[in-house]
Amino acid sequence: MRDTWLVLQRTARPTLRNPVVIVFGLMQPLLFLLLFGPLLGGSGSWQWFVPGLIIQMGLFGTAYAGFGLIPEIRSGALERMRVTPVSRVALLTGRVLHDVVMLIVQCVLLLAVSTAFGFRASIGHVLAGLVFAVLIGVSVGSVSYTLALKLKHEYAFAPVLSSTVMPLMLLSGVLLPMNQGPHWLYVLSRINPFSHVADGVRAVIAGNFGSSSVLTGGIAAVALAAIGLVWGTRSFVRANA
Amino acid sequence: MIKARGLARQFRTRGHTVDAVQGVDIDVEPGELVGFLGPNGAGKSTTLRMLTTLLRPTAGEAVVAGRDLLADPAGVRERIGYVAQGHGAGTEQKVFQEAESQARFYGLSPADARRRTGELFARFELDEVADRLAGRLSGGQQRRLDIVMGILHEPKLLFLDEPSTGLDPQSRSNLWEHIRALGRSGTTIFLTTHYLDEADALCDRILVIDHGKIVAEGSPDALKSQVSGDLVQFETDTPAVAAEIAAKIEGAQELRTDGNTVRFRVPRGDTQLPGLLRALDHADVSLMSVQVHRPTLDDVFLTMTGRSLREESYA
Ligand SMILES: Nc1ncnc2c1ncn2[C@@H]1O[C@H](COP(=O)(O)OP(=O)(O)OP(=O)(O)O)[C@@H](O)[C@H]1O
Ligand SMILES: [Mg+2]
Repeated sequence: MRDTWLVLQRTARPTLRNPVVIVFGLMQPLLFLLLFGPLLGGSGSWQWFVPGLIIQMGLFGTAYAGFGLIPEIRSGALERMRVTPVSRVALLTGRVLHDVVMLIVQCVLLLAVSTAFGFRASIGHVLAGLVFAVLIGVSVGSVSYTLALKLKHEYAFAPVLSSTVMPLMLLSGVLLPMNQGPHWLYVLSRINPFSHVADGVRAVIAGNFGSSSVLTGGIAAVALAAIGLVWGTRSFVRANA
Repeated sequence: MIKARGLARQFRTRGHTVDAVQGVDIDVEPGELVGFLGPNGAGKSTTLRMLTTLLRPTAGEAVVAGRDLLADPAGVRERIGYVAQGHGAGTEQKVFQEAESQARFYGLSPADARRRTGELFARFELDEVADRLAGRLSGGQQRRLDIVMGILHEPKLLFLDEPSTGLDPQSRSNLWEHIRALGRSGTTIFLTTHYLDEADALCDRILVIDHGKIVAEGSPDALKSQVSGDLVQFETDTPAVAAEIAAKIEGAQELRTDGNTVRFRVPRGDTQLPGLLRALDHADVSLMSVQVHRPTLDDVFLTMTGRSLREESYA
């Protein structure tokens, strides 16, 4: 725990020196909110659309966290830390925690802006929704750092990201309801665990805690986070990087 | 401090295998300053990365700083310092904070970390750049920062991989002074280098590595005298007589006469000289000049491998 905190501190320093990066991460979902949201029409659409943006931020923001690790690999900083007694797991978890905090701050800012458009939710429901955001952050962040650790170069990491993040986002049904499209597309989206997480977030923010989507989405989110963490810790602990 | 047996590492890249290190034995006693000398690609860094728990050996075993390398890598990490061949500071981190974090990683309390970092920054003249981003430092400043980060926790055993690469002569000799001071304060130091003068000037003992194998070992002086012997050279009016006398010296070899000059190699030429002079005097050979050249480590390497270290390392 102490080690995770130390790594988090170190990782957060450049961000705190330059907090604008948090706002940059908000640009894309804000644009969707501004330029796409109104297309959905009807006042109820905000209640449907806004929770999905949490998933979008996780995919489009946190997924890119691994880019921060590559210069650390190149400069030798990661290797230097791997020779200290600091836990190698903490080298991952400290970083992931940093991105989870970033994601939560971004979610809160985004939800605050959304209220100006007519989005409404109780604080309690939003907090429950943020639990999902934490799980998404853990899962996407861990996977992103692990891929960066394995690929080591931006030119290898970037195409892997763009070719996975985009389909995951489109098939998660955060932009439009998937059941309005052709059946095969709907089936594909159901295979994508993020679509279940999106449904879960929507249900929770609407206060439908009894809905089966909450359970399915919760299981999907916990499973994704666990898989990400297990894969990540295994890769970070392994002797030969 | 270090006891390694049959340490080996193989890399597999796209089908073909590289035997980077092929079974080296290393013994380093507490307090020693040992150099690991070899040309590019000899396997120096790979060996160091194995000894510092960064790479798992494909064969062999080692005890480093009293801990078993394979069974207790975490114990090894607590007891050693390591300065890699490349730099080690995060480019986006401020210099002082980065070093302070490093001290915290080694378990120092916040107050101790600050104090210790401050001390070393003063000693290594990094105070002026303490608030800069590490990525903006000059090569020499970065190298000093690397070394500071390797010794914050006062390790008993310090690994330095090519500490002076890329430094100007002034900074190099400065760095050597720092390394000697660490050695005097009782730190055991194991450093790699491909600079002959560095190994010669700094190390109590040298291991010469080539193609992943240790090919020679000893103090710089021992290595030099053991392998090729000193070159003794004198000028005289009667070279034929002189050469006859020189040939009788025990261990004399490669005797050659070239005009008035007689040359030969002999182990510890400095101790042979008085006897030789007496013998020549006795035979009424008059000398115009006498010279004894100590062999260089390059001669050592040349004799051991048939190649010159110099050609490769300065290529
Ligand atoms: N990760 C790796 N994968 C594949 N081959 C490697 C790897 N690391 C080192 N090698 C190879 O192992 C050999 C020894 O490399 P090493 O870095 O130990 O040499 P070195 O003695 O430190 O050389 P230098 O003086 O250039 O630093 C080289 O042939 C190198 O190409
Ligand atoms: Mg090397």
